[in-house]
Amino acid sequence: MRIRLGLALVLALVALALFAPLLAPYPPAAQLDLETLRNVPPSVAHPFGTDPYSRDLLSRVLHGARLSLTIALLAVALAVTVGTAIGLASGWAGGLADTVLMRLVDAGLAVPKIFIVLVVLALWEKVTVVALIAILGGTGWFGVSRIVRAEVRAARDREYVAAARALGASARRVVLRHVLPNVAAPVIVIAAMGVGQVVLLEAGLAYLGVGVPQPTPSWGNIIADGQHLLLTAPWVATSAGLAVVVTVLAFSLLGDGLREHLDPRTR
Amino acid sequence: MSDRTPWLVVERLRKTFPVARGMFGRRVPLYAVTDVSLAVARGETLGLVGESGSGKTTLARCLVRLETPDAGRIVYDGTDVLALGGAALRAFRRRVQIVFQDPYGSLNPRLRVGAAVREPLEIHRLARGQEAHDRVAALFAEVGLDPAYRDRFPHELSGGQRQRVGIARALAVGPECLVLDEPVSALDVSVQAQVLALLRDLQRHRGLTYVFIAHDLAVVRQMATRVAVMYLGRIVEEGPADAVLATPRHPYTVALLSAVPVPDPATQRRRIVLPGDPPSPLAPPPGCPFHPRCPHPQKDDRCRQELPALDEKAPDQRARCHYA
Repeated sequence: MRIRLGLALVLALVALALFAPLLAPYPPAAQLDLETLRNVPPSVAHPFGTDPYSRDLLSRVLHGARLSLTIALLAVALAVTVGTAIGLASGWAGGLADTVLMRLVDAGLAVPKIFIVLVVLALWEKVTVVALIAILGGTGWFGVSRIVRAEVRAARDREYVAAARALGASARRVVLRHVLPNVAAPVIVIAAMGVGQVVLLEAGLAYLGVGVPQPTPSWGNIIADGQHLLLTAPWVATSAGLAVVVTVLAFSLLGDGLREHLDPRTR
Repeated sequence: MSDRTPWLVVERLRKTFPVARGMFGRRVPLYAVTDVSLAVARGETLGLVGESGSGKTTLARCLVRLETPDAGRIVYDGTDVLALGGAALRAFRRRVQIVFQDPYGSLNPRLRVGAAVREPLEIHRLARGQEAHDRVAALFAEVGLDPAYRDRFPHELSGGQRQRVGIARALAVGPECLVLDEPVSALDVSVQAQVLALLRDLQRHRGLTYVFIAHDLAVVRQMATRVAVMYLGRIVEEGPADAVLATPRHPYTVALLSAVPVPDPATQRRRIVLPGDPPSPLAPPPGCPFHPRCPHPQKDDRCRQELPALDEKAPDQRARCHYA
């Protein structure tokens, strides 16, 4: 049930992002009328209202979905790939390699992520989408690698792994057939939940002024646009805020549903 | 039934595991298997008995090269097993297979049981396509499973059925020798009897050699032609099953046998209850490893100081005791 709702919401969000140019009533950066259409509350003509630069918020939120979701999905893909590779290496090799890698991960987890992200982004002259993906993905794998490592270490000592080795299976076969499939479920779940987290983080960064530069819309910079107007024009921040909430919820539901679905014992 | 030409020979095998004590503690060795020597003839069943922690499972895992012993030799049909590598090791794995105790843990929960039995055929390129499919069906039938079960997941089978899958998987490579690590101790008693009967049939039809590990002497009595009793990593008694079970020499074997129920109410039994627990294999006691718990009336300082040798106490029956 949860998985259906989560999947439906995620697919709807992706569809909205894909077809944003067709669905959006206005170009997202178009300043419609700086005289009369600034901070207009939601109406039939502008269902989400307009922002302080007289841009249509519905169009901006729809277009923002493209960027926010792309950044989140790619960053999570990067984090999961790196995290799985490192967790697998660490858990399978054990010994010194394991100790060194896991102390690095501990160090990475010990420093607040937002701090690392801000410092690294400060090194770029201009924040580009690629830079954002790289930094969000590059700081997102610590947790993944630790979970993968724990699962690999547990799987390594299972009797079915011993049985496969006794049968003469190569290390490659043991890892691909017996270890990874049993590690995949938690990774998929973290990945699904992670998308929501990255959307939040991206919004937070933009709010702090370190995000995708204007006038390109992202949910983060829409919220940033509305932060001074929370009392006078709350719909500006709320529009993208709701989109973030729905996205986080959708991916959490999907992740939660997947957790159950991927366990062969409950299927 | 079998001549006593040694087929599988174990010589002074030793395996220790480093165990860290405390947070920054130094690593101390855990003596899992100490100076174990055994000889198994072809077609014979060696019953390996001992309580938890006596080193039976470690020995089993050494026999199939899942663990590498620290010292000693394993010779199978004239080849030095511990020296094998690459293709020769792969060939050895086709000859000697293992069946595990936990029929759930030994099957990958994400693999249908048919795929689990098919995997050895793929690894050793014994069959593919339709032929592999047929071979799996034949193996299922041989272990008494409906081949229709091949598409089930392990959790959809009962313990006995899962253990049959484990046996079929081991048989898939056509082995000569099976190391059975407590193959029935996780099963219900009624199911145990069925699986034991299956193992006896398989042995007869395929001419298999068994190393049968158990902690249950009643099970060993049914299966074994020879018995070796382990205590704290050492063999304390070894000999023909009939002789060891009828006239045990080592006080530990005597105590173990006294705990087995006898189906004859007329028999007066005196149960020997051993005091205390087995000592920690991290700090085995000096002298005879059994002396702290030994009920033997002649126990003396010699037992506390001097490790007894595994000496012949009766024809072909050896025990590690000064006074047996």
